[in-house]
Amino acid sequence: MKPDRTPLLLGAVLAAVIVAGLALPQWLLFILTIACAQGLVVLGLNLLIRAGLVSFGQALFYCIGAYAAGGLSRGFGISDVFVQMAAGIASAAIVAFLLGFLLARYRGIFFGLLSLALSMIFYGLIVKSETLGSTDGFNVAKATLFGVRPGEAWVRYSVLVAAACVTLAAAFLTHRYLKTPLGGLAPAIKDNEIRVEYMGASVRYAIHVNYVIAAALAGAGGALAASTVGHIDPEMSYWTTSGEFVFIAILSGTGSVVAPFLGAFIFGAIRTMAYDLSPNTWQMSMGIVLLAAIVFLPDGLWSLFVRRRSA
Amino acid sequence: MATILDARGLNKTFGAVTAAQGVSAAIEKDSVVGLIGTNGAGKTTFINMITGYLKPDSGSIRYEGTDITALAPRDIARLGICRSFQIPQLYSSLSVRENMLMALGIMLHCAGRGGFFSFSRPSVPGHGAPAEEVADRILERFGLADYRDRNAQVLPGGLRKLLDIALTMAAKPRVLLLDEPTSGVSAEEKFGIMELIMQAVRAEGATVIFVEHDMEVVSRFAQRVLAFYDGRVIADAPPETALKNAEVLRYVVGSPHA
Repeated sequence: MKPDRTPLLLGAVLAAVIVAGLALPQWLLFILTIACAQGLVVLGLNLLIRAGLVSFGQALFYCIGAYAAGGLSRGFGISDVFVQMAAGIASAAIVAFLLGFLLARYRGIFFGLLSLALSMIFYGLIVKSETLGSTDGFNVAKATLFGVRPGEAWVRYSVLVAAACVTLAAAFLTHRYLKTPLGGLAPAIKDNEIRVEYMGASVRYAIHVNYVIAAALAGAGGALAASTVGHIDPEMSYWTTSGEFVFIAILSGTGSVVAPFLGAFIFGAIRTMAYDLSPNTWQMSMGIVLLAAIVFLPDGLWSLFVRRRSA
Repeated sequence: MATILDARGLNKTFGAVTAAQGVSAAIEKDSVVGLIGTNGAGKTTFINMITGYLKPDSGSIRYEGTDITALAPRDIARLGICRSFQIPQLYSSLSVRENMLMALGIMLHCAGRGGFFSFSRPSVPGHGAPAEEVADRILERFGLADYRDRNAQVLPGGLRKLLDIALTMAAKPRVLLLDEPTSGVSAEEKFGIMELIMQAVRAEGATVIFVEHDMEVVSRFAQRVLAFYDGRVIADAPPETALKNAEVLRYVVGSPHA
């Protein structure tokens, strides 16, 4: 058996972020933290994609996580980023547990559109709610860590380090999960559900579990984004946000639990550059990148590393 | 011999079509039973009712004394009743070995082994060894070891059939239902494949029920024959008697002398 190098790789990435973060400009720290937030969502989305299910509604859980964090901040004055992420995880997981009974029955386009519809219903609910700030949303106070409020110049860095720790821990746990018999079932579900059922396993149960884990990860990502950006609004549940996650998932590939973070970082970097270079046509640049990724790297960015290793 | 599977008065209709009409059969432990009959005679319906894919309109199925009539396919599979398919049901994007490992992984999952906190390689229930070893052992037994890294999608028809049956071995079946194990396989290969299957199954010690159209294969391998016609069992006897039955000759074998 090949030695499992993923934990080592995750540790190396964490160390690199902690060290390099000290020297990086503020805007890059911001992009890296957002990449952690989006990477968490895509890490979960990949669990579903591996089972052949593309969710166009992960923004639902991203938004739930963000509003859970925002609610804690506004309602209770809790701005600890770890507590906020825990709240994001819990609230998204509970909602996914309930919705999962419905979603786990559907496959293919029906699963995709149903998940999209649910996120748009949530969008509609927030827009109509004045308490939640309607279309404007509301501001989230600057993050604290274990009750300590970092100095102005250190907020971005300390949030990034906290985010990287949580994110890479989540990646490690997901990696472990994929090695369990239940986590490893996804490709079989994608290929042949009949066979899975006739061997004695419940496909619906496996999908339900993956759906809840994916939602929990998205909830953590949403809470992190809320604290990092300092503002939340219903757009976080809009279908284009889900589209971005699918974009990043395609860009990264499902080859490794590290891939979503690399994909999210490159996505953020390209978007920032595209916006800088051509503020009016940045979407076109993004479209070209997606097209190139699909044509030249159908298995995502991660395939670059895999090919080199096997060659 | 003890009865392992007892089907009583099974009826099943699909609209105007009667697929099963008072089908009863008591299958003895460790026996090999051949199901024969023309297309639409009710053989696959019988298998589908035993494995839970179809629920009979009336009648009952008992497995070792337990009523399994209303159970879902996966619960029946967990009891040790497994099936192969007329069209092999494989994990087509995975290699032969990965297919086997996936089947064994499902066994670990069903037994609650190899969970999140287990860092050692768990042994597969019933096999007493980790999945990798069991996979190689089963593939060896089915003559698939040389193809282990081949993608299941591009495997030749006969080997796909073998892999389909090899996958069921992961579950250590007590009763194995094979739906046309040699269909789509050339006449020369048929006996070889059946021989391989029966040897592997005997090594594991399972009761076998197989659907077959080739009467030579049936008379060679079956200890008992159930002949189906129009949803009914028209003969239930050892092959030498059953294949000479006037009704069987007329409706199943299609002999011009009958």
